[in-house]
Amino acid sequence: MNEEKHILSILVDNEPGVLSRIAGLFSGRGYNIESLCVAETLEPKISRITMVTKADSIAIEQIKKQLHKLINTIKVIELTGQDFVQREMVLVKVTAKPENRAEILRIVDIFRCKVVDVGKEHYTIEVTGDEGKINALLSLLRPIGIKEIAKTGIIALNREPK
Amino acid sequence: MEELTGSQILMRSLKAEGVDTIFGYPGGAVIDIYDELARTDIKHILVRHEQGAVHAADGYARASGRTGVCMVTSGPGATNTVTGIASAYMDSIPLVVITGQVPTHLIGNDAFQEVDIVGITRPCTKHNYLLKDAADIAKTIKEAFYIARSGRPGPVLIDLPKDITSKITSYEPVGEIKMKSYNPTYEPNQKQLKKVIDLVLEAKRPVIFAGGGVILSKGSEELTEFARKAQIPVTMSLMGLGAFPGTDPLSMGMIGMHGTYRANMSTGECDLLIGIGVRFDDRVTGKTDSFASQANIVHIDIDPTSIRKNIPVATPVVGDCRCTLKKLNEMLDRSNLDGIGEKRSAWFKQIEQWKSTNPLAYSQGSAIKPQFVVEQLYELTQGEAIITTEVGQNQMWAAQYYHFDKPGHFITSGGLGCMGFGLPAAIGAQVARPDKLVVDIAGDGSIQMNSQEMATAMQYGLPVKIVILNNGYLGMVRQWQELFYEKRYACTQMSTAPDFVKLAEAYGAAGLRASKPEDVIPVLKQGLFELRDRPVIMDFVVEQEESVYPMVPAGAPITEMLLV
Ligand SMILES: Cc1ncc(C[n+]2csc(CCOP(=O)(O)OP(=O)(O)O)c2C)c(N)n1
Ligand SMILES: [Mg+2]
Repeated sequence: MNEEKHILSILVDNEPGVLSRIAGLFSGRGYNIESLCVAETLEPKISRITMVTKADSIAIEQIKKQLHKLINTIKVIELTGQDFVQREMVLVKVTAKPENRAEILRIVDIFRCKVVDVGKEHYTIEVTGDEGKINALLSLLRPIGIKEIAKTGIIALNREPK
Repeated sequence: MEELTGSQILMRSLKAEGVDTIFGYPGGAVIDIYDELARTDIKHILVRHEQGAVHAADGYARASGRTGVCMVTSGPGATNTVTGIASAYMDSIPLVVITGQVPTHLIGNDAFQEVDIVGITRPCTKHNYLLKDAADIAKTIKEAFYIARSGRPGPVLIDLPKDITSKITSYEPVGEIKMKSYNPTYEPNQKQLKKVIDLVLEAKRPVIFAGGGVILSKGSEELTEFARKAQIPVTMSLMGLGAFPGTDPLSMGMIGMHGTYRANMSTGECDLLIGIGVRFDDRVTGKTDSFASQANIVHIDIDPTSIRKNIPVATPVVGDCRCTLKKLNEMLDRSNLDGIGEKRSAWFKQIEQWKSTNPLAYSQGSAIKPQFVVEQLYELTQGEAIITTEVGQNQMWAAQYYHFDKPGHFITSGGLGCMGFGLPAAIGAQVARPDKLVVDIAGDGSIQMNSQEMATAMQYGLPVKIVILNNGYLGMVRQWQELFYEKRYACTQMSTAPDFVKLAEAYGAAGLRASKPEDVIPVLKQGLFELRDRPVIMDFVVEQEESVYPMVPAGAPITEMLLV
């Protein structure tokens, strides 16, 4: 069956060991985690986990039910298929030789991102956006030379009715 | 508010949960708790190995319908519980396991007898806790018992660092708790029930497939009423035996790898399969594509993850089995059931024919047949004994030849298939039911895994009976080797075993042996009745290469059985 990407937003008790229960559930049952983002919500006792996983329609039903079955899980929301906004932030360290600095800055300008660190031979760029924007930026920077990147993983929220 | 030590709070909290018995083993990390325990009227059963404590608590839970409780020390005490916990987890048995832990300031330092038991047992407990504050003890115990017994039951572990067990804190009893993140669904959806009733009224070839969930929800009476009212034949999983009377004309016996011919055939041909409190384990379904392939499958279970995990289900019902069956019965009362029996008459005739052409059978020989021993055990005890089992052929023959009419009488490690389960489980069952005859149907291999618990049975005067079907082999593995590995019996012959009669005697128990078919009944009579007041090992030297039939080879459709 066809594996598709699913974005899940999971509210859990903000307690030690909860993340390990979720990671253990995925490794123990052979599901995969593409990205995972965890932080406290407005209510300090509750954390939101935003998870991207790849699964077919039967597996995703199981994944959601298994997540819900964990005693520390309060709510499991699947955003995929709903109207939602998603963002990811990436820090990109690019090689910035004198001859291509101008080009880098032009790209930064077009994508409305920021240079957050300037070194002797490198710029670090901060970019926020959805997957499409980030991939487009990375493909433009790749020929110039990317030294390393750090991604936050996707965070997402459903849209409220207008 | 009272000022109490952590250990005192623990005891108060256990008493508040109605705990009267703990199976355990002491050690440094729990010494304060034990000191306090000895001042209460809670009975402590000192086992000989912590695995035994957990299986005993499991047997206690199943025989009593209550939550079993264990207590062990940190490190090796804790790791020794893991197999028992995993078995209880697979079979959804409510347990609370309390493990000692090194003092909080040493956690993470690789201290003496430190293990991360919460980490180790995370995937085999329903939930677990590491407590860091004595003030949390009362609430956590309350929560642990609630989680263990509610919804789909299971084991819950609480790890208690030594320092908090002696720390003095103010104690306040905890009232009812409500958990935001845990709220199992008991009440089924009415629309789904309506669909089920319509299917029941229409079906020409229906089958009920009942499992351990019916027993756990205490829904056996409701199931019996439902099957009889709706005139539907019933098959049971290993865990479901006793959920419906095995001697009822509607019973088709066990389904699956060693199920009866009629149970497996009817599942293959039915037009409606109602799974109740089951999880469609691979030992039941065989090849899933051909499992009940002509049927509309209804699946009633309290655990949503069980539904559509292994097989596609057209009509899911999430709810407590007992509560759901009760509602279905009320709906049946309001339905027109005229002629329902006649509608199924061709189906009943077909089932009867499967039964008469291929009944459960074995042939007598010059050696004792293990099936004969179980059959005679059934006759002599009139089906009234609580039977525990070890794992392997002994377990399957127990399931096939002892007929269970009531829940709580067949106690076996179903999901984990854990050798060494039967004797400690029998001990736990005997503690729960002192009035009952409790018999462990054992194999010569399995009994050696926890035979040390004979000493426990002796110490507490628990007159459990052990019936060893001694075939000199790890018989079930040998059977696979015979059938699928051209009789290459790699490492399955147990050429050296203790003399089980002398072993019994060494513990101060009675030991008996039967070597010829004519010895079987006298030995059973003596061991079960004349020596009723004490533990007895009965060693039945049986046909060595007897196999369990029918058998569905792993991964084959369950309608394709190897027959005797
Ligand atoms: C702890 C454990 N180890 C290994 C197995 C694999 N196993 C399943 S049945 C069996 C043979 C059991 O032999 P015995 O107790 O003599 O029973 P029999 O099949 O001969 O009746 C084995 C080794 C198991 N189920 N549990
Ligand atoms: Mg054997």
